[in-house]
This record gives sequence, C-alpha cells and structure tokens, in this order.
Amino acid sequence: MASAAASAAVLEVEDLSVTIRTPAGPLHAVRGVSFDVRRGETVCLVGESGCGKSMTSLAIMSLLPETATRRARRLAFAGADLAGATGAEINALRGNRMAMIFQEPMTALNPAWTIGDQLVEVHRRHKRSGRAEARERAVDLLGKVGIASPVERLGQYPHQLSGGLRQRVMIAMALMCGPDLIIADEPTTALDVTIQAQILRLLAGLQRELGIALLLITHDLGIVARIADRVHVMYAGAIVERATAAELFARPCHPYTRGLLSCLPAPGVTEAGTRLGTIPGVVPSLIGGIEGCAFRSRCEHARAGCAQAVPVRRASATHHYVCVEEVAEMAALGEATA
Amino acid sequence: MSDAVILPIETVTTKVGSPAARMAANPSVVTGLLLVGAVVAIALLAPLLAPHDPYAQDLTRRLIPPIWHDKGVWFNPLGTDNLGRDYLSRVLYGARISLLIGLSVMVISGLIGTALGLAAGYFGGRTDLVISFVITARLAMPVVLVALAVVAMIGGSLPVVILTLGLLKWDRFAVVMRSATQQVRSLDYVTAAEAAGASRSRIVLGEILPNVFPHLIVVATVEAGSAILLEAALSFLGLGVQPPLPSWGLMIAEAKNLMFFSFWLIAIPGTALALLVLGINLLGDGLRDVFAPDGRS
Repeated sequence: MASAAASAAVLEVEDLSVTIRTPAGPLHAVRGVSFDVRRGETVCLVGESGCGKSMTSLAIMSLLPETATRRARRLAFAGADLAGATGAEINALRGNRMAMIFQEPMTALNPAWTIGDQLVEVHRRHKRSGRAEARERAVDLLGKVGIASPVERLGQYPHQLSGGLRQRVMIAMALMCGPDLIIADEPTTALDVTIQAQILRLLAGLQRELGIALLLITHDLGIVARIADRVHVMYAGAIVERATAAELFARPCHPYTRGLLSCLPAPGVTEAGTRLGTIPGVVPSLIGGIEGCAFRSRCEHARAGCAQAVPVRRASATHHYVCVEEVAEMAALGEATA
Repeated sequence: MSDAVILPIETVTTKVGSPAARMAANPSVVTGLLLVGAVVAIALLAPLLAPHDPYAQDLTRRLIPPIWHDKGVWFNPLGTDNLGRDYLSRVLYGARISLLIGLSVMVISGLIGTALGLAAGYFGGRTDLVISFVITARLAMPVVLVALAVVAMIGGSLPVVILTLGLLKWDRFAVVMRSATQQVRSLDYVTAAEAAGASRSRIVLGEILPNVFPHLIVVATVEAGSAILLEAALSFLGLGVQPPLPSWGLMIAEAKNLMFFSFWLIAIPGTALALLVLGINLLGDGLRDVFAPDGRS
C-alpha cells in the first residue's frame, strides 16, 4: 500500500504537458499531469485509448516522437532532473535504473538476436560486466520470471517463443540491471486472459519482492483493482481523479470514473440479462485548447458551470477529483450508475 | 517467486530448419552457388588450369577453331583468337577480371549506399531530405553515359573502371536500405532498445542493420551481376579494361569483326559471362526467398 507516504518518490512528475505538431494544429496529448511514484508502490494510470496515458509514459522515458514536445515544471527521477538531462545521461538511466515493458511482446524483441544476446547486452552495457556474469544473471532472472529450462531459452530466437513467454523475457530484461522504476505500458493487453493473470501476478510479486516502483499504464480497471496501490484516472490528456485503489472502487467520484465502472460487470451485483452501462459520445478533439471540463459533452450531470474552470475537490486527503459538483450533490441528483 | 507458474518448454517453429538447411533445399540457391562457385574456383585456380600463357601470341596459329570443330586440335581445346592466343586460357583468366570487378564494385557501392540509406531512414527529417535529393540527382544520371565520359577523360584501366562503377552504382543500395530502415526503425524493438539505453550507433548497427541485412544481400548480388555486365559493355565499347587483359567483354569486342567467320570467338566468352551473371542472379533470388521474413517478423 501507499503507507510509506514519507518514503522518497522515485519518480516525480509535475505539470507535464505533451504537445504534438499536426497539420491541423497543435494536439495537446497530455495537459498538465502531475503525480509521483514512490519506492515499492504500484501506481496505475487508467483511461481509454487516446487519453494520453501512453504519451505520459513515453515522455517520462524521453521516447517521444520527433513531432512531440514535452514541457514540465518538474520531471525528476530519484531526485535527478530528467527534463534538462542530456541524451547520454538519459541513456545511462534507461534500461539501468528505469526500465520499460511494452505492450506488444511479439515485436518488442529483436528477431535477429537470441534471447540471451539481448538480455546479456543490457547488463553488459550498463554494468560493464563480463559475458559470463551477465549470462548468469540472465539465467537467474529467466528462472525468476517463471521460464522453465532458462539455459536452453537463452539460445533461442524470439520467434521460437510464445507471446506469454516473450512478455516474461521482456520482464526479465527490464529487471536485468535491478531498476528502481519499471514503467509497464499495457503489459498484458496483447496476451490472452489466462496468460494476463499469470503475468500480472508475476509483476505484482516481483514488485513486492524487489521493492521496485511500478508505473502501470492500462485501460483495464480489472487490472487496477488487482494490483494498484494508487490510481490516476486520465481523460483527454488530464488527470480527472486520483485516489488509492480502495477509495476509487469504494467511492468513485468523477462522473467519468463512475461511467467506466458502470461498464464493468460486478460479480454478485450485476444481474444476468441487465445491460451494462455505456458512456455516450466520443472523446473531444485534443487539437487546440479545451476550456472547462473536457468530459462535459458526455456527462449526464453537465450544466452551464462546466464550461468554466473546474475546481479540484477533495473527498479525502488522498482522494481528489476535478468536477464542478460535490459528489454528494450528484448523488442527490439521482444515481444513474446503479 | 513462489506463485510464478512454471511453463513447460514448448517451441513454436515457424520455419523448418536452420538458414543453411533452407539454403540447401532451395534450387535457386544451389544452382546459383554451383555456377558462382565454379567461376570462383576457375578464377582462383586459373594458373593451374590454363594450358597456356593467356598473353602468349603465336601468329602462325591464328583462329584455330574449338575441339568440337572438324579442324580443332587438343593443343588448343577452345581454339585460338586473332592473335593466336589460347582461347581457353584467356577465358579462364577472364573469370578473374569479371569477379574482381563484380566484387569490388559491390563493396564500394554497397558501403556508400548502405551508409546513406541507413542514415536517411534512421534520422529522417532534414537528413532524409538531403540524402533523398542526392539519390534522386544520382538517379537522373545515366550510368553508362557518365561512365563512358569519365573513362574517356581519365583513360580506361581496371582501377578506373572499378572506381567509376563503384561511385555510380550505390543508388539501389541507398533506395532499398532507406525504405527498409524506415520500416524497421518504427518497430517496437527499436523503441525498446532506446528504452534500454542503447546508443544511436548501437541501434543502427546492432538493431537495424541485422534486420535489413537480407535486403542488403539481395541488392548486393543483383548489383554485382550488373557491374560485371557493365564492365563488359564498357570494354566492348573500348572504354573499359584495356588490351591485352583477358576481360570477357574485351574478348567479345575483339571478336566482333570476325563474328560471321569465327562465331565461337564471341559465343565462348558470351556464354561464360551469361552463366556467371545467371548464377549470381539465381543466388540473389534464392537468398531472398530463404531470408523472407515470414517467421521472423
């Protein structure tokens, strides 16, 4: 849990914006996002496709495409500034103290090299280790991520492995240098459901065991419920609600969060034959500025005040949301979210 | 990790056998390798195989027909040319010139074209714009005419022909490498390598180059074949390799006036040239099939 509130943040993001040049004008993919990830905790960024959650992770890793620009009041890793760091300084951190796991295990490994080559290379690059030492570490970690006969696997090429195995290899590769922070961008989306559960359990277990800070990007609230300590719900490039996982599921406040939750069947609550909720409308265009609440065009509680600047409301010390309404008033207006 | 599920070992096989085994099963590769291998062997062993000195003239023994002809003699199995030189020896030594030209031009143009193509494809933006312009400018020049002009000005010799062709024929390398690099550079594993802290040179040479290498091999073989033909064409026009070097193209040129009386003088080097280029092209075609990235993409 986020109990270690006093422990230092591994990753601090303050007022991060990402703007992409497009022929139609600047697209504001991320608008002033702030959050931090502390040692030993799992923080989730949740939102639908195109809400800016992947752009946020790429911005942290300095992997944005050339057409995108990043601005942040503060972007720091273990106290060191990332925003002003040189390419060499960033490269010394990436893969070493901050690692990333990608969505598509089928394409995230280089088909021209064996698993062993790729694992060993990361370690040798950052730790200046010998081949034998790096290889030993690779065998060790492949075993740790649940791959049987790791020694044989080292000599295999990615196309000889299944998707689940490749994602395990990706996790092992992220762990090679003993990172402080792992950013996992939809790590289970490309996998089938049974493998998803295994990979999630593996990630959560490793994270607890090694005390790594884990930033998990997902659109799946089921995943959030399973492993998150704290959750940030993103909509149209901005965080609309932040809370601990327990608070979020017990008392979702922002209408968007409640809409998302109503789309999920709840065991024992959703009766057979009833319709699941939907959120009408589409995400607004991110090209140009957005005045007021970005969700108002799809919100059932929308009113005139939504077009002006929206206040941040506090449901508790750790639970904030951005809405013109207090959640109590909304409940009085009539809960549509069952 | 106590709760990690240990998976049984399973192998997803998408391609049968190792690359070597797949090459051995491909008829184009085998035929191409046999032809090219034979020419390479001939070129290397020419001093041992040739019955005579390819430069030794004997005007008393001019224009002897090959052995299958009524007037053929075993002393000169493929007959002699206009100056009484042993034709078999000249054809054997000619393999050296053709292979030397093919290989050197391939290496020079390959280095230039691959470097340009990788840079354009990887860096994109302004670099790509400039390199694309250079490629387009190069494509606007007719290779044969420029080569003719250069050789005519500097004078024909083996090094001049090699350099001229090498500096002219990198365009296909550049075009193919550029588009192949563009495809590969947007793939996840390149981003993953960046996320793992790999340097730029490491990404270009370690991540991208191995994955565009099959394209490179195919272009290289095609270009080697075309360089050999171009040398023959230049020599035929009298602006390539100079006599008395036994180049196949030059031999055809020297025989052209005798075409109607001594047909073999053109047919023999022509056949040798055709077989070598056919072999190289078959090899390139076959290798493309072998490397086709269906199981590896």
